[in-house]
Amino acid sequence: MAKIRRDEKKEMPALNTSSLPDIIFMLLFFFMTVTSMKEVTYKVRIQNPEATELTKLEKKSLVKYIYVGTPTDEFKKKYGSETRIQLDDQFADVSEVESYIINERSSMPESDQGFMTVSIKADKETRMGIITDIKQALRRASALKVSYSAVQRTSY
Amino acid sequence: MAKGKKKVPALNASSMADISFLLLIFFLVTTSMDVNQGLARRLPALSDQQVEKPKDINKRNFFYVKINSANQLLVQGEEIDIKQLREKAKEFIENPNNASHLPVKTEEEIPGLGMVSYTKDHIISVQNDVDTQYQMYLNVQNELVAAYNELRDDFAKQRWGKVYNELDEDQQKLVQKVYPQRISEAEPKNYGGNK
Repeated sequence: MAKIRRDEKKEMPALNTSSLPDIIFMLLFFFMTVTSMKEVTYKVRIQNPEATELTKLEKKSLVKYIYVGTPTDEFKKKYGSETRIQLDDQFADVSEVESYIINERSSMPESDQGFMTVSIKADKETRMGIITDIKQALRRASALKVSYSAVQRTSY
Repeated sequence: MAKGKKKVPALNASSMADISFLLLIFFLVTTSMDVNQGLARRLPALSDQQVEKPKDINKRNFFYVKINSANQLLVQGEEIDIKQLREKAKEFIENPNNASHLPVKTEEEIPGLGMVSYTKDHIISVQNDVDTQYQMYLNVQNELVAAYNELRDDFAKQRWGKVYNELDEDQQKLVQKVYPQRISEAEPKNYGGNK
């Protein structure tokens, strides 16, 4: 009959973890393909607006970004809760947009300068006043290709 | 010297998991599920506008879309819902029945297409308020672009049995000629010393 031996200590066999790295690598590759590098840390809160007729931004190096939104919580104290513009890593005024774009363009190789696209990433609650100001600044800087960043709308 | 095969001891791979975890966490931190999509538009050049302005265009060629601060739409003097905008815009651009209140159709010989009649000089004018919500503005732009895209698709299907995006570059240019995107945004009015 079955014997129960108490005195003999049974050792638990070591768990085979040899496939663990493979699983993690799979996860890693998944994330590498689905996500993209962050350009900057957001200092403004942006909830993407929705649209259906979207085109993908092709070449990353040709795209410059302008962020528009209300400051995130940690910056609220200093900058208030009014809508603000962020260029690169800092807050900026509308008047700085023009020179920023001109600067960025002149730092690009000359052959690419004509293809520069400015992507406006604005919060969907933003009022048009500030967007219009930015658009005027872009026109003055003759950066005419713009893309209004948005996410695919799934339903009305 | 040594006879008999010497067994290679199994490589200790237990730290492999740690390494890959580290990599994974690095990628999680530095990347974001960011959207790289957007509604592509072209702004009018500053100087061009002044040249084009004086050209008086027939009133029936204009399609006015106005958005007020409460995000309401006024299209051709009529308050409508955003869902109706696409159809309205399509009807305006196409002018299928050659109606007298819709834009003038011109017949023109386009090399590669033959005779086509299309509304050459139509203009869609979008005007928004300072307080219009960005999402609403995008909705309107989106619907107008969608109207053009649908018309182009229809045309491309009729001619070549393919949608617009599948055509080659020359064909796309031809379609663009028949349905030129003419969305103008009204010059912003000066609304106080905000400069």
